[in-house]
Amino acid sequence: MIRLILQRLGAAGVTLIIICIMVFAAVEVMPGDACTAFLGRDAKGTILEKCQLERGLDRPALERFGEWAGGMIQGDLGMSMNRNKPIEDIVGWRLRNTVILAATATLFGVPIALLLGVIAGLRRDRPVDLILSSIAIFSMTIPEFVSATFLILIFSITLGWTSGVVTASYNAPALDLVASTALPTAALSLILIAHILRMVRSSVIDVMESDFVLMARLKGVPFRQIVWRHVLPNSLLPTINVIGLTIAWLLGGMVVVETVFNYPGLGRLAVDAVSDRDLPLIQTIAIILGSVYILTNLAADLVSLLLNPKLRTYRT
Amino acid sequence: MTDRAAATFVARRLGVLGAVLAKPSGAFGVGIVALHLVLALFGPLFVPYDYAQQNVDTMMLAPSAEHWFGTDRLGRDVFTRTVLGGREAIVISTLATVIAMAWGGFLGIFLALVGGRIDEIIMRGVDAMLSLPWVLTVMIFVTALGTSSSVLVPVLGFSYGLAVIRIARSAALDFVARDFILAAQARGERRWTIVIRELLPNVRDALSVEAAMQWSWMILGFSSLSFLGFGVAPPTPDWGLMISDSRGLMAVAPWTVLWPMAALSTLVIGINLAADAFAKVLGVDRTRKVPGQ
Amino acid sequence: MNAAPLLAVEHLTIATAGPHGVPIVDDVSLQLDAGATLGIAGESGCGKSTLLLAIMSITRTGLVHRAGICRFDGLSLFDATERELERIRGSRIALIPQNAGTALTPTIRVGDQIDESLKLHTDLDRKQRQQRIVELLDAVHLPTPATLARRFPHELSGGQLQRVAIAMALAAEPVLLLLDEPTTGLDVTTQLGILDLLVELRRRTGVAMVCVSHDLGVIARLSDRMMVMYAGQSVEEAPTSSLLRRPAHPYARSLIASIPRLSVGAIPAAIPGRPPAPGSAPAGCRFAPRCTKAAAICIAAAPPLSEIEPGARAACHFPDTAPLIWPAAEGHSKHESASSKPLLAIDDLVVSYARHGLIERTMRRPTGANAVDHVELSLHPGEILGLVGESGSGKSTILRAIAGLWPALDGEIRFAGKYDLDRPAATRERSVLRAIQLVFQNPDASLNPRHTVREILAQPLRLYFNLSRAAMADRMSSLLRDVRLDDGYLDRYPAQLSGGERQRIAIARAYAAEPDILLCDEITSALDVSVQASILHLLRDLSGSRGTACILVSHDLAVVQALADRIAVLYRGRLVELGPAKGVCAAPAHPYTQALIAAVLEPDPDHDAGRVPAPRERDDRVSAGCPYAGRCSIRIERCFEEMPHWHDVATGQMARCIMLPGAVGAL
Repeated sequence: MIRLILQRLGAAGVTLIIICIMVFAAVEVMPGDACTAFLGRDAKGTILEKCQLERGLDRPALERFGEWAGGMIQGDLGMSMNRNKPIEDIVGWRLRNTVILAATATLFGVPIALLLGVIAGLRRDRPVDLILSSIAIFSMTIPEFVSATFLILIFSITLGWTSGVVTASYNAPALDLVASTALPTAALSLILIAHILRMVRSSVIDVMESDFVLMARLKGVPFRQIVWRHVLPNSLLPTINVIGLTIAWLLGGMVVVETVFNYPGLGRLAVDAVSDRDLPLIQTIAIILGSVYILTNLAADLVSLLLNPKLRTYRT
Repeated sequence: MTDRAAATFVARRLGVLGAVLAKPSGAFGVGIVALHLVLALFGPLFVPYDYAQQNVDTMMLAPSAEHWFGTDRLGRDVFTRTVLGGREAIVISTLATVIAMAWGGFLGIFLALVGGRIDEIIMRGVDAMLSLPWVLTVMIFVTALGTSSSVLVPVLGFSYGLAVIRIARSAALDFVARDFILAAQARGERRWTIVIRELLPNVRDALSVEAAMQWSWMILGFSSLSFLGFGVAPPTPDWGLMISDSRGLMAVAPWTVLWPMAALSTLVIGINLAADAFAKVLGVDRTRKVPGQ
Repeated sequence: MNAAPLLAVEHLTIATAGPHGVPIVDDVSLQLDAGATLGIAGESGCGKSTLLLAIMSITRTGLVHRAGICRFDGLSLFDATERELERIRGSRIALIPQNAGTALTPTIRVGDQIDESLKLHTDLDRKQRQQRIVELLDAVHLPTPATLARRFPHELSGGQLQRVAIAMALAAEPVLLLLDEPTTGLDVTTQLGILDLLVELRRRTGVAMVCVSHDLGVIARLSDRMMVMYAGQSVEEAPTSSLLRRPAHPYARSLIASIPRLSVGAIPAAIPGRPPAPGSAPAGCRFAPRCTKAAAICIAAAPPLSEIEPGARAACHFPDTAPLIWPAAEGHSKHESASSKPLLAIDDLVVSYARHGLIERTMRRPTGANAVDHVELSLHPGEILGLVGESGSGKSTILRAIAGLWPALDGEIRFAGKYDLDRPAATRERSVLRAIQLVFQNPDASLNPRHTVREILAQPLRLYFNLSRAAMADRMSSLLRDVRLDDGYLDRYPAQLSGGERQRIAIARAYAAEPDILLCDEITSALDVSVQASILHLLRDLSGSRGTACILVSHDLAVVQALADRIAVLYRGRLVELGPAKGVCAAPAHPYTQALIAAVLEPDPDHDAGRVPAPRERDDRVSAGCPYAGRCSIRIERCFEEMPHWHDVATGQMARCIMLPGAVGAL
């Protein structure tokens, strides 16, 4: 068991290293560099040279990578092109904010999704299921910016329940931010719930058709007990990994959702970085979000491992 | 291929299409997609206004007889822009989907057959690349290289292709374990022959359905990019861009946002319904393991 | 006989749901008295499993109860409430599932699953329940019951799981046991243990049983009366011994006659055609299209189940009354093995379970248990060699190594005295590839579902020969003729063929290459019994007429005995006995071979193989010597220490056992 855990940790570490290499290499491979991006591709001459010298871009790639990676580990994330500030100062708060939003959406969305998914699976093909499944499919096909905008239209403009735009500043205390996450959470949860619900439903349906559920029926076990003891553990455990993946995928959706609601997180920062043509900043954000993805998947993997019945024995 | 084989090929395709159209969801989906494609192709021929023409006098008018969908904040006709708004998205998405399916599909099937160390190493790399949200990958490239379609098509094709590798590999793995592949190997068939002759015909259906789904995600993705400002450049009409442009005015001029939203949603729903119907007719199991991008 | 039967099923019909539903169980009636046993025999798709579930008033998704009643101890089950049914299920009627491995919930300990039954159906308190669980596990002869109860299903073997399932069924002391293929999927030697257990339990508790199986041997051992089902209907019902000896219905006759038997050395007769798909059955007698005695009345009117003698009923217009006669053992031409040079020489072959890369092979580390452990075999031109063993014996691995699909760790495989076959198929010469062909167990998986028969046959022709279009077409036609099919099959897809037809195509594909050696991996195991015989005939004829040597791998001794010239018996990767087929089967020398033969269930109620004491189900000690020592019933201490040498027991027959009379080192 310990071996498996260490294996997973090792794999996650390797993946982390790979994405660092890839993000770095991608930029190397492209024509131009951080300076040409920022100053414009036609920039030439002394301005360009000055910029490159400043950033040390005249040194060989391997050396720069080593310095960059080494710096990362120590928390020195390099310098932003546009704002001329150390990146770690810029992303710190915003990372916290994005995590707050992601956590809120997860804590809200996952339990609801599990509950609805189980109901849909148990009441398969009946009205409840058809409604839930249709809503789920519908939500999955609408892009986040559409559903987010739509939510603003309904809850903010038409009903006036909450403001459509987040006004808290990026370094506001955490509680204030949580208060303003209602609509963004709803937008993110919608898609989260849709995916997880379908997965759970499908898993429940599979387990309901299994031999051991039939055997339980043949033993005269009442339906409720079958669901609690036999169906739920066996249908929910396999979905942990997918839930992890879905949460991790949320991070991509963050970019759009934060932009729509003007939420001061990493996603919106990324959009700003692209508009400012700040290559180092966007690279760093990519790696940070990639790391969060890897960590979330690792957590889901480990939980799934610890709960796996095939790894338990008569001693545990 | 013999004539008889070719005839059977066509007959089967038509048979499948017929079966799909027989289902109400299938007919609906295919119908909507066809409508969108027609509008995208022939739109410029019949739209009443010039999409770029601004007119100070006609700013933000509600839908009326002259402007069926109303006008936006620059006085441009929303109907025209909505009809034409899918063109860029559809063209770029189609090209990128072809690239994604081609490279992802072949590599995935090949990895399933080859197995072993190569499979392990490459999949490790693929999984790592999939850890980066595709939006950010695109944004990195866009920051450095700009937003022209010659940048977007390959980048999108590459990013979505990564997920296709996973799917194609898992579809092929189902078959690689079967004895008829072993039989081919025992006969001494070349690896490439096995991929094309034995595996491809079997995964073809699953991959076709997947191609439709990728196409719909690609359209969504491109629209998201346009929304963020990294897709199409104004004044070219694009649904994502239109929504982004006009959302500040939602309170007073909701039609500027609702029509492009409806257009985008219907196209994507249409593709999904059609793909679902195809999947059912072809007998493809579509429980997705990885959420869409 | 008691007043009312314990179980009475009357005109039961279970069909698929919807307005155009087709019957799966069609108007079946049966009766069972308390303490009696009824066996239901039939091939796959005849509806027997559905019938069994219906007795518990359960239908699988997509099936509905159309007509008929099922009365248990006076209560009509299909009219009962769910509450009443829950009280009866598991407590008065219990089911023993076909596959205990999938029928037990993976997340709950096995003891707790038995406890669930006890909690629901008895009044025992916690302590009493724990005690009872230990008693039950002990009654089914499971070791260390207290610890075993705390294990999860994945920690137990197939045989152990089946015993747990039996214990669970008996927990609440039911009066009726339903058994769904109770021994399918288990090793032959394990099967015998389970059946013995069931017979013993029945004797002790007097429980009534309904046993469903496609294996007539199982039914012969367990039931007093039996019923034969065909296409959803009951076609004959009689006391087991008389039905097996004098079957009245033509289907029952053909079915029983088509089973290969050890006591009869010949290939049994096959039944042509295949059973009708549900819903497409003809109006009259459903067996008429395949029946040799069919007359006009058979096609026009379905024969009712009528009594042909006291206690026996059959649904046939022309029931037979004569006893069944077995075809005489044909002497098929045995070639002279000793003189000719071996076509295939396997020397000291070692194959590991793990696929080894270059590094491991050069280092040749002994890595513990190997799939194939120092095996030596030879195959002569035109000879049919049978490779017999249970799962884990290494028999399939040997075939894969010969075919180049699995690397050998050590040893040599030499073809035609010249070619070293110790290399993967991809690197072999074309002529060698052509000469060795493989036929697989499962015809569903060995044919590409997207290729037509024409394409399937064309592949080897294209690969190995340079033929013109016309010549290829000719060759394909003649191949189809050889396997008793016609040109009409060329444009069909495998999904449109039956299991037997698919296997014929697989054999045709192998013969298309005109091989010198045909490797057959359990080629009849996935087929229905009545179809197996036709494949065996085909193989015998083809290999005889073309002089192809065959290695026939099977776990079924009767199948192997009918075809093979020589038999090699494998246990855990080692060869334990080798000799002429007749000799090995008639006078097995090695204890394992004896156990295998004793475990073969003849569908003959009088048959008693005069057994050696049964082997243990699992090793109780690790052995560094003879691999069978852990289970052997006649072992001594030395068996655990050294691997016995080969000892000749008869002409051409040898075995490796210290305990053989005259063996070197015996007491």
